[in-house]
Amino acid sequence: MSADAEKTLSAEYVRKIAALSRLALTDAQVEQYRGQLSGVLGYVQRLRELNLEGVEPLANVGGETNRMDDDVPGPTLSNEALMKISPESMPPFVKVPKVFGDGGGA
Amino acid sequence: MTTAASIAADIRTKRTSAEAVARRTLDTLAAVEPKLKSYISVFTNGPRSAIEQAMAIDARIAKGEDVGPLAGVPIALKDNLCLDWGTTTCGSNMLRSYESPYTATAVQRLVDAGAVIVGKTNLDEYAMGSSTEHSCFGPSFNPWDVARVPGGSSGGSAATVAARVVPIALGSDTGGSIRQPASFCGIVGVKPTYGRVSRYGLVAYASSLDQIGPLTTTVEDAALTLQTLCGHDPRDSTSTKRVTPEFLAELERPIENLRLAVPKQAKSSANHPDVARVLDETIAAYRAMGAEVVECDLPLIDHGIAAYYIVAPAEASSNLARLDGIRYGHRAALAKGEDLFDLYCKSRAQGFGPEVQRRIMLGTHVLSSGYYDAYYNTALKVRRKIKDDFDRVFATCHAVLMPAAPSPAFKVGEKTGDPLAMYLEDVYTVTINLAGLPAMSVPAGFSTAHAGAAALPIGMQLVSAAFDEARMLRIARMLEKATKAGERAPSW
Repeated sequence: MSADAEKTLSAEYVRKIAALSRLALTDAQVEQYRGQLSGVLGYVQRLRELNLEGVEPLANVGGETNRMDDDVPGPTLSNEALMKISPESMPPFVKVPKVFGDGGGA
Repeated sequence: MTTAASIAADIRTKRTSAEAVARRTLDTLAAVEPKLKSYISVFTNGPRSAIEQAMAIDARIAKGEDVGPLAGVPIALKDNLCLDWGTTTCGSNMLRSYESPYTATAVQRLVDAGAVIVGKTNLDEYAMGSSTEHSCFGPSFNPWDVARVPGGSSGGSAATVAARVVPIALGSDTGGSIRQPASFCGIVGVKPTYGRVSRYGLVAYASSLDQIGPLTTTVEDAALTLQTLCGHDPRDSTSTKRVTPEFLAELERPIENLRLAVPKQAKSSANHPDVARVLDETIAAYRAMGAEVVECDLPLIDHGIAAYYIVAPAEASSNLARLDGIRYGHRAALAKGEDLFDLYCKSRAQGFGPEVQRRIMLGTHVLSSGYYDAYYNTALKVRRKIKDDFDRVFATCHAVLMPAAPSPAFKVGEKTGDPLAMYLEDVYTVTINLAGLPAMSVPAGFSTAHAGAAALPIGMQLVSAAFDEARMLRIARMLEKATKAGERAPSW
């Protein structure tokens, strides 16, 4: 396992993870999470003790695999129902801030 | 309050009406709710109130219709189960006013069987927690001692069933969220085999681990509820096509030549002494019924938490990415000059509480470029070994017996400052989700009361092979009959 988690995460790294997670954090939150996340990541290092050579990873414990559906359109939620739950809408559209140009371009 | 089975029988045979039961339920709920805080919403008024639902059931009975096995039975739903009326909040500011446009399959099945929905119960935000303290609506409390937590994340469901408000509540279990609160509240809680119950309409936390299941006061009610819940659903691609067995048919018949395995890792010195004692008493009770109880080795129990807190946050970080303030859920107000990126980041920072933020960041880290193999792939290998270890035990034993939690209910506030201490609560439950197996907590005993501390319930956990719920329930029923620990209700 990587060496980063053996020491305390840097504030800079926590900010990077927060940005990847799309979370705007205050400096106080960064400081708090830095300690807590370092603690948990330190704890999970114990998996390094195990001999896992040749073990096949298990992602799906259910028996169902590659179930195919017929390619036929079925009933779906109405535009009206979806507009009702959107935080800002101009039916039949959901309003979002500008994506390109001024005020956009994340 | 009596059991779901007896309520349904009384309503069907018109000894009482669904309306009378609903009124009594709402009265009891109103009396205890100020102390328990187990609900986020209660259906007291309006066209979909519990009383209106019940009157519709009575009208159908009057017409001679077959209203189903749960006719008029009041139930509560954990508030991460979608219902196409009222709010589905997940205990989160992100979804505080979210009104789901559709209903979960598991919920619809109960409604189709005649159940009356009384309300939606409190939970740790997005089902992430072991105490129901991580809810944006505030904590719920344990009816055995209101200074203590009911467990979590299905804590509201467990508390309201334990307080005998409703006989059935639905919960969800990703790492122990049905079984640990069932143990803390002295009731029965079942996590079915992965795939047994449709997850359609359960707000996703960690999709490869999540299962819906019942919390009830008796094993019979758990079997009755499962009978309705289980079955194939084309809307959940992981839902099994296996035929659902008749769980009630042989429930009363003890298993002959029962062979149980107790993992030596479950006799940990970290167990609370009362939990250790109740485990010994349970072993003795099964032996007295003629069962053979052997020791087995599940060497990875101590590594389960580490594997779980890689797999579950990884899946959570992906699942919760959909909550971006765009299509539904909380949207932050933007200042001048802020853009779409700020909208995502501010909406999510305002909408999610600290535990959810922690798990999203953990998941983002373990899945990030360069770390995937070291964390996620390693955890999936451990997952394989955990499943293989269990399968080896089930080759010679009917079920595994171990505590549901290392301690009885802890005090409110005791573990909120230390996430890792809270995570370790799940030591006996997470491996079962990683292996996809069915498991349940059964009331088995009580802690010793002493000055300043009431006797608290302690549950024991049974784990069986995949899709072997029918036998697991029979083994649980044997213990229930022998100890009668589940018959004791909190007196308060």
